[in-house]
Amino acid sequence: MSSVAQKKSFGATLWDWLTTVDHKKIGILYFLGGGFFFVIGGIEAMLIRWQLHKPDNDFVSAGLYNDLITMHGTTMIFLAAMPLLFGFMNAIVPLQIGARDVAFPFLNSLGFWMFFFGGLFLNISWFIGEVPDAGWTSYASLSLASQGHGIDFYAIGLQIAGGGTLMAGINFLVTIINMRAPGMTYMRMPLFTWTTFVASAMILFAFPPLTIGLFLLTFDRMFGGNFFNHEMGGNTIIWEHIFWIFGHPEVYILILPAFGIFSEIFSIFSRKRLFGYPSMVFATVLIGFLGFMVWAHHMFTVGLGPTANAIFAVATMAIAVPTGVKIFNWLLTIWGGSITVTTPMLYALGFIPSFVMGGVTGVMQGAAPLDYQLHDSYFIVAHFHYVIVGGVVLAILAATHLYWPKMFGTMLNEALGKVTFWFFFIGFHMTFLIQHWLGFWGMPRRVWKFMPNQGWDMANLISTIGAFFMAIGVIVLVYNVIITSIKNVKVANDPWGDGRTLEWAIESPPLYYNFAQTPLVRGLDSVWIEKMEGNASGLTPAEPVKDIHMPNGSIIPLLMSLGLFIAGFGAMFRTETEWGLGVLIFGLVFTFIAMAARSLQDDTGYYIKKEEILRDLKRKGGQN
Amino acid sequence: MDLNKKFTPETWPEHPEKATLEAKNKFVGFWLFLGGETILFATLFATYIALKNSGPSGFGFSTQELYELPLVFVMTMLLLTSSLTSVFAMYHLRNYNFKKMQLWLAITALLGLAFLMLEVYEFSHYVGLGFTFNNSAFSSAFYTLVGTHGFHVAVGLVWITLLLIRNAKRGLNLYNATKYYTFSLYWHFIDVVWVFIFTVVYLMGVIG
Repeated sequence: MSSVAQKKSFGATLWDWLTTVDHKKIGILYFLGGGFFFVIGGIEAMLIRWQLHKPDNDFVSAGLYNDLITMHGTTMIFLAAMPLLFGFMNAIVPLQIGARDVAFPFLNSLGFWMFFFGGLFLNISWFIGEVPDAGWTSYASLSLASQGHGIDFYAIGLQIAGGGTLMAGINFLVTIINMRAPGMTYMRMPLFTWTTFVASAMILFAFPPLTIGLFLLTFDRMFGGNFFNHEMGGNTIIWEHIFWIFGHPEVYILILPAFGIFSEIFSIFSRKRLFGYPSMVFATVLIGFLGFMVWAHHMFTVGLGPTANAIFAVATMAIAVPTGVKIFNWLLTIWGGSITVTTPMLYALGFIPSFVMGGVTGVMQGAAPLDYQLHDSYFIVAHFHYVIVGGVVLAILAATHLYWPKMFGTMLNEALGKVTFWFFFIGFHMTFLIQHWLGFWGMPRRVWKFMPNQGWDMANLISTIGAFFMAIGVIVLVYNVIITSIKNVKVANDPWGDGRTLEWAIESPPLYYNFAQTPLVRGLDSVWIEKMEGNASGLTPAEPVKDIHMPNGSIIPLLMSLGLFIAGFGAMFRTETEWGLGVLIFGLVFTFIAMAARSLQDDTGYYIKKEEILRDLKRKGGQN
Repeated sequence: MDLNKKFTPETWPEHPEKATLEAKNKFVGFWLFLGGETILFATLFATYIALKNSGPSGFGFSTQELYELPLVFVMTMLLLTSSLTSVFAMYHLRNYNFKKMQLWLAITALLGLAFLMLEVYEFSHYVGLGFTFNNSAFSSAFYTLVGTHGFHVAVGLVWITLLLIRNAKRGLNLYNATKYYTFSLYWHFIDVVWVFIFTVVYLMGVIG
């Protein structure tokens, strides 16, 4: 990104991306990786819907159907939704707090590569033909009985990817705690930063149980452990507890950043300060806290007893309160605002009714007696798709349009963006609204075919047609990305015209050191305040131009992740092949050597000279 | 950061472990990491408590018969002492006394190694009795909980050994001070976990 465009060879460019520790580039890598897995998960969804479009369909076998639902859920949660959100967090959060990078650039890169290799590991199961087939929850009573290596792919792949997620969580926490610009107090942080902060804290406390759960599962399946095997004194319910102690916070880890993205959008496109900012922050923290208190509502029918069920039912319904606070704050932000309905704003407006519907069905399931009726029916499928697609995916699509100029320096086409929105939005409601009734009419989830003339035929067909609408929406988006990338019309700092936070006061995309001078923050919506006071640049520097310290790139994160990837295959084939144990040890030693190499070399980064920064400033007319 | 910058005890900062932004980041990040580790061990403790004494029908092992407190007491003393010696090392870190810090950390490592040897002996003793990892849910839970702690001790030993050797010739600077300090945090954490293992696994196993 130097001022003089230099033609780099393909090899040099590739090496640059493989070794990068720049949060903006890692954000793009997360975005590409997450997008890739989003397409795979989407194809799996389409196959599921095609199988169910008519009764007694023989499109896929029962076994393959199990593979598809398992991989669809696992891929979408772990390999699509989370990495896509991490992409935006990486690209935007350091800019929002006025930082030049994250706290641990090396760890950031390691987190990405572990996610990527973990996802790759999981999906290689398709080529071996032994695919995870016990559902994304992988209940031990099913997963211990599963033949072949499918569940091993699940356990090891998620172990590697989960490690990466934990690192990313710690990284964002420290970044936000330590690296805020002068004046950026906690109560002046943009809401996307706040939600990232709380979601990261949740990652820190939710992922270790997953790590342990997956280890126990791995031990049981591959090393003769007996944790979940009742014949040897084990207890299969332990897995369910551990999984949901992780799994319930996980859905809040996904939705909180989505809330943050929508808060930014409402505020920008209503040209108003976010209504009730302090209550928004408080609600975010409260949701984060309550998210850990409700896991057993996934287990109402297990038989924990009326007392446990009652406690968890009440805790579950309590979450509706802070969530309601947020909904009203968004509505009151729009109210009286000067609204422009851009593509991101369209998504945000569509999000409110969609998510409220998902929330209301959630409270219905929170009532334990009713949950006995709804359990394992299509009502559940409808509910969680309403919150995940109606909340998280709409937020990801909205953020794609909103932050595209900041990440890539060009705008996505607005007309095509609105086409995408309408196809996706109508398709989404068409697919999942009817599934509430399918649940009421008794259709169980996770069955691969259904008999004709039970009153389910038409509803399933409608649902499948809706899924195709969503697919068309995504294809239009991909087309949009391709044509705008080819045209590549460069945009200014604030292409939406009403940016309120620091990221909109610097170049699109920002230079690799982000801020020539660290900004001084004088209030919430810092850039808006500066502009209202007549400072067109939107920034007041807090320091003179001086040398900037930057981290060095490194290939070691990729090598460490590769070692774990190799070790995973060794662990899996350890008992049945001669090479298994050797490969396991080789992979671990490989990772260890890479780690030691990192530890033993002194890597203190480098300095960008003041002259270079002054040159960049001059080219941009003295602005950041 | 200039690695060759020389300090005297007078110019050495009062909190060398967080004297730069990078160091502050590592300091906070490591504390948070230990928070995550706490949850990790909590999950293992919960699993162990749920599966304690549980095995196939006709299962012949129980906590009362299996555990021998004298051995565990010696192990506990070794580890607690090693925590104390690491505190001495950190005292010398603050006072810019590199030689004494290295010495106390080496003693810490030796105590940790002794602990680990006794743990290996304990495990092999149990395996000799037929109490193997695959024997029952109880044995799986026991070896996983205590073994994960032992693994953490082993990781700590490798870590401190590399650190001692790498820096032997070049003394303290603001870059490696954080590394030493985070190691000592880690070592205290391992010690705290062991206190819980000693209580929940051994004491409550034999008495409760």
